[in-house]
Amino acid sequence: MPDQITMRVARYRPEQEDTPTFDEYDVPLRKDWAVLDGLNYIKDELDGTLSYRWSCRMGICGSCGATVNGEPKLTCATFLTDYAPGPVRIEPLANFPIIRDLVVELTDFMHKLGKVRPWIIRDEEQTVEEGEYLQTPAELEEYKQFSMCINCMLCYSACPVYGLDPEFLGPAAIALAQRYNLDSRDEGADERLTVLSQPEGVWGCTYVGECSRACPKGVDPAGAIQRYKLTAATAAVKSLLMPWGRR
Amino acid sequence: MSAPPYVRLYKPKVRMLWWLSRRSYTLFVLRELSSVFVAWTVVYLLLLVRAVGRGPAEYQRFLDWSASPWLVALNVISLAFVLLHAITFVNLTPQAVVVKVRGRWIPGRLLAGSIYVTWLLVSAFLIWLVVG
Repeated sequence: MPDQITMRVARYRPEQEDTPTFDEYDVPLRKDWAVLDGLNYIKDELDGTLSYRWSCRMGICGSCGATVNGEPKLTCATFLTDYAPGPVRIEPLANFPIIRDLVVELTDFMHKLGKVRPWIIRDEEQTVEEGEYLQTPAELEEYKQFSMCINCMLCYSACPVYGLDPEFLGPAAIALAQRYNLDSRDEGADERLTVLSQPEGVWGCTYVGECSRACPKGVDPAGAIQRYKLTAATAAVKSLLMPWGRR
Repeated sequence: MSAPPYVRLYKPKVRMLWWLSRRSYTLFVLRELSSVFVAWTVVYLLLLVRAVGRGPAEYQRFLDWSASPWLVALNVISLAFVLLHAITFVNLTPQAVVVKVRGRWIPGRLLAGSIYVTWLLVSAFLIWLVVG
């Protein structure tokens, strides 16, 4: 195994260039070094001007997503040795506007996330004295996989529909809506239906399936979307047959 | 919601040939294209039904027309695309439909497998009906 690997890192410095370019850095190739360790080495030892996001270094915070050799990856969970002898190409997540170097603009997602109301909604809140909302293990199992989403944006980066149509609500927002729709304690499914059943909601998805393959946490957003299409279609038929009833 | 005003964002454009950049993207575009061939297959079957309804002479004319090389080529391509359409549709089913029996999830492979078996049985019955 060589003792160095070249990292070709995309740079975008808005004060001095109009389009991104690449800079090359030679970093030590160590068995236990993830791509993020390589970026940190560049930042600490070679070029302090490099900008990127990171926090936990253990696949939990979802901050360090980037495109590694064309694939959306968490840089803390992607090892440099897998790309030896290199070079390994690091670019920002695709489908997002770039602020600087590897840092992308996520305001669009944050806005969409709020629209699907990803929290427990109750018709009437129980008082504290009445105790907590209890749930069986089977009820937990209904939504658990969707609760694993860490908002890392790898699914949006892998989704060509989002790239072509930024109005599309997107995989993570829909998966997180389903996380609450399938929660036995939640009563907000009707409120989310209005947003999710729009053309730019679940119907925008043409099922490429790359979101589920890209997810580092084993969430299946493509599955969530396809399941919700059935729910939305059933609700549409019901409201057509029984316009006076509750959806 | 717009970006903060102090940022001069770079907005990457999607390339026209983006769908060639990954095998799954190419397969997806081919699957979308398959709808055209599915539509043609429906039209072709309706033409067949119409020919049968109009009697033996019209049916024979339909068979002669169907034997023309360009139509055979079109139908062979259509068959390939219809199969792609059907197979990807069946493979998608377990993701769209979650079935529970006595509180237990039915594995996706079992669900898709049962559709394939049904497909096989129906096809065998139709072959028996036509050939047997």
